[in-house]
Amino acid sequence: MTVQFGVARTQPEVPLKSIHRIRFGILSPDTIRNMSVMEITTSQIYDEAGLPVRGGLMDRRLGVVEPGARCETCDNTHDACPGHFGHIELVKPVIHVEFAKYIFDILRSTCPHCGRIMLRNDEIAKYRERLERLSAKWKLLADNLVEKVKKRASERSTCPHCGMKRNKVKLERPYDFYEETENGALVKIDPEVVRERLERVPNEDLRLLGFDPSMARPEWAVLTVLPVPPPHVRPSIQLETGIRSEDDLTHKLIDIMRINEKLKIELEGGAPISVVESIWSLLQYHIATYFNNELPNVSIAKHRSGRPLKGLAQRLKGKEGRFRGSLSGKRVDFSARTVISPDPNLSINEVGVPIDVAKVLTYPERVNEWNIDRLRQLVMNGPETWPGANYVITPEGRRMDLRYVRDRKSLVDRIGPGWVVERHLQDGDVVLFNRQPSLHRMSIMAHLVKVLPGRTFRLHLAVCPPYNADFDGDEMNLHVPQNEEARAEARLLMLVQEHIVSPRYGGPIIGARQDFIIGAYLLTRKDTLLDREMVAYLLGAAKDVEGIEEPAIMHPTELWTGKQVMSMLLPRDFTWVQPTAFRSTCGDPATCLEDEYLVILNGFMASGVLDKKSIGAEQVDSLWHRIARDYPSGIARKWLDSALRVFLRYLDLVGYTIGIDSFDLPPEAYDEINGIIARGEERARKYMEEYLAKTLQPDPGYTVEETLENRMAIELSKVREDATRVVERHIDKRSEAYIMAKTGARGSLINLVQISGVLGQQTIRGERIKRGYRLRTLPHFEFSDIIGPEAGGFVKGNFKEGLGPVEYFFHAAAGRDGLIDTAVRTAQSGYMQRRLVNALQDVYVAYDGTVRFSNDAIVQFKYSDDFTDVSRSDHGKPVNIDQVIARVKQRG
Amino acid sequence: MAKNRRELSSLILEHQYNPQVEVVPREEAKRILRSLRAKIWQIPWIRASDPLARVVGARPGDLLRLRRRSPMAEVVETYRFVVPA
Repeated sequence: MTVQFGVARTQPEVPLKSIHRIRFGILSPDTIRNMSVMEITTSQIYDEAGLPVRGGLMDRRLGVVEPGARCETCDNTHDACPGHFGHIELVKPVIHVEFAKYIFDILRSTCPHCGRIMLRNDEIAKYRERLERLSAKWKLLADNLVEKVKKRASERSTCPHCGMKRNKVKLERPYDFYEETENGALVKIDPEVVRERLERVPNEDLRLLGFDPSMARPEWAVLTVLPVPPPHVRPSIQLETGIRSEDDLTHKLIDIMRINEKLKIELEGGAPISVVESIWSLLQYHIATYFNNELPNVSIAKHRSGRPLKGLAQRLKGKEGRFRGSLSGKRVDFSARTVISPDPNLSINEVGVPIDVAKVLTYPERVNEWNIDRLRQLVMNGPETWPGANYVITPEGRRMDLRYVRDRKSLVDRIGPGWVVERHLQDGDVVLFNRQPSLHRMSIMAHLVKVLPGRTFRLHLAVCPPYNADFDGDEMNLHVPQNEEARAEARLLMLVQEHIVSPRYGGPIIGARQDFIIGAYLLTRKDTLLDREMVAYLLGAAKDVEGIEEPAIMHPTELWTGKQVMSMLLPRDFTWVQPTAFRSTCGDPATCLEDEYLVILNGFMASGVLDKKSIGAEQVDSLWHRIARDYPSGIARKWLDSALRVFLRYLDLVGYTIGIDSFDLPPEAYDEINGIIARGEERARKYMEEYLAKTLQPDPGYTVEETLENRMAIELSKVREDATRVVERHIDKRSEAYIMAKTGARGSLINLVQISGVLGQQTIRGERIKRGYRLRTLPHFEFSDIIGPEAGGFVKGNFKEGLGPVEYFFHAAAGRDGLIDTAVRTAQSGYMQRRLVNALQDVYVAYDGTVRFSNDAIVQFKYSDDFTDVSRSDHGKPVNIDQVIARVKQRG
Repeated sequence: MAKNRRELSSLILEHQYNPQVEVVPREEAKRILRSLRAKIWQIPWIRASDPLARVVGARPGDLLRLRRRSPMAEVVETYRFVVPA
């Protein structure tokens, strides 16, 4: 079935052909001449009048690209003329650079005298028989055999057929061939001789060397005629100033023509060999760089301005080349790109689209009796007012731009079923949202449009992890599917809610972060008591809740606990127990009075607090993971939407901030930390003394110096570990920074220690600072063969009290090292990803559960041995038996 | 430690991470290929010179059955198609 959206196809009938197979070969001189419509005879391209010279590189017989002119070969104008090849007759043959390696293979393994392969007849028979057998079925093994044959043949120095002793042939990259004579001198073999030798090799011998002589005779790799592509391939550009600028390929072809003409004149004039040879090699150079201007050991051909010219190879190669830049990647319509910013009031399924964008992106909606009134109104609104429409397509396929329709009223009256209205993007439309680099499938997800004022795309903070997005200037792309099938597919398969559980590890990749986590923690803490107004406010943020519970405290005023608010959100049949981040002394969830376990029974939050472990993103076996797994995606999404709104609303109401007092430690703590630092340094110094006294025993596999360095590094990095314990013991447990670290909202204990305790050992490439001046890292230190604690970047200060100048320097050095390290790592992993994807892109899971390649070759007999889709699994396992048993028990 | 090559190879073959190998009889091989809807060359290849193939004396064209432990499923059966050399 073909779907046609009212667009009548008026293109002329083109005969359809399907490609059966593609064979690659080398163009023979005859083929080149046959496909050529003319010989290029002059290096001139335009005459004084600015008209193309006949016989030049822009001859009208090669086809026309300017509008108005007619092609002298096919009589078509520029839009219909396909272009026609010409050719240049080279005065002397030259090597085709890209084939030099293959020419070398043939020269090495054949006799220069009789042209036969350098193998005995019995060997030839043996290999031929084997090759025939293998090439039918075993392409790979046949290739291996050919390599072996080549190696065998090139090892022999006396021809078994004519008995001639031959000299060793050498290839000087990229295109010069030499012969090594007995006395060790290198004699050049010019392309003419190379060609003669290649001509002598019989077809049967070529087959043994992996050639198919019907498609590629080796002498064709030495060019005697050069095909000249039509101007369509190398169009000239007319600047506003009237100056004509030629394509790089044309420039290169002019160079080739000039040298070719010069060579011809010199030859006819009987010039000395040395002159001819130097011109000949120049011709070789120009033709080589015409094909590839990035050859090793060849100077790059440059434009007059000094810009390197683009050879044929450069057009195809690399990221911007024809394959990766024009064929695999294209620019698309119905897409938009802008900066992203956060909006916690959206659903995670939604994306906020600026009105300006919504007025440009359209969806073609077909008019029927149910939507006709709505669509008429949209057309009436026109392209300027949102919601409106930009185009209307009549049943005949005529497309009308509403910007230029003067009387929209009469057009609206004509609209009826069968018309198509390209209306503006509206709330609820399905769009694809993408952030590069697209590393996994969650990098492109379907969102529902919410048109908003402003100039940025808005997205919910909980969907930042799958996109790896933040709001420091990130931009994202948006695409609008253009038919109902695509919309349905996007909605069913790609909607954000279908991607809550990641296929990477079977846990939720979307979930609460940062502010949401603090809000949830503060709300569910024991001391949170809320009056009726507050509860109503929070439940209002949650939107649909069943109703308000009986308050926990009735007198003197009605007060609800935060846990009650949470209970009102939870599904009625939900039961879950897990330890919280604050678990320390309690062993049994049932008897713990300290909120160390999160206990939820039938949707009633009995004890515990919410933290990253229970509602955070990327947490397996958590409250949120259970909800995401055990309920339909729509319900899980709704729960997350409203729970996150409640948490954030509560946080907004109570407020949250940190100050320096968050990092206050009692004097005893500092005494302890100073003691730890002193002891650490002392131990490090002791190793230094032992080393100087030569009593330090080396560890197995290390030198004494390495042993010293390892020991000192271990001692000094232990200081921060020990200090962490001190800080944890002494810090105010109610301090905002500690709460953030402990609940997992932001920061860690290490950060706290570095702010209020000690910064600790600074490292460059995982080692203590060791570079700098001769025998010392900075001029502040004494000359020494061994680096002491301070000189090695051990920082005793902390951020709160400030660092010393030297400490500050080492900290900056280590910070820069970290930055470089991340940059290098992303570049390396990006390239690895590209290579992996290229190698594995055709692998698929077939309906029978096997994993196969595009040729249906089997990779795995059963996908991952158990046929489990990780994103539909429970942390990689198909079923969570414990959960099932718990649920059955609870019902029974 | 093994005293000689033979002993070493038997140790390697008996290692728990090494799969058990057997040559599948022709008739059964045909049945298996039919059930997989696969041509024989679409089965992962193993060289006849592979130590594992040599243990059971597999010849080019044979189908091998490997049984190995898997972290996902208990024991998994997979197949290899023996190719020359």
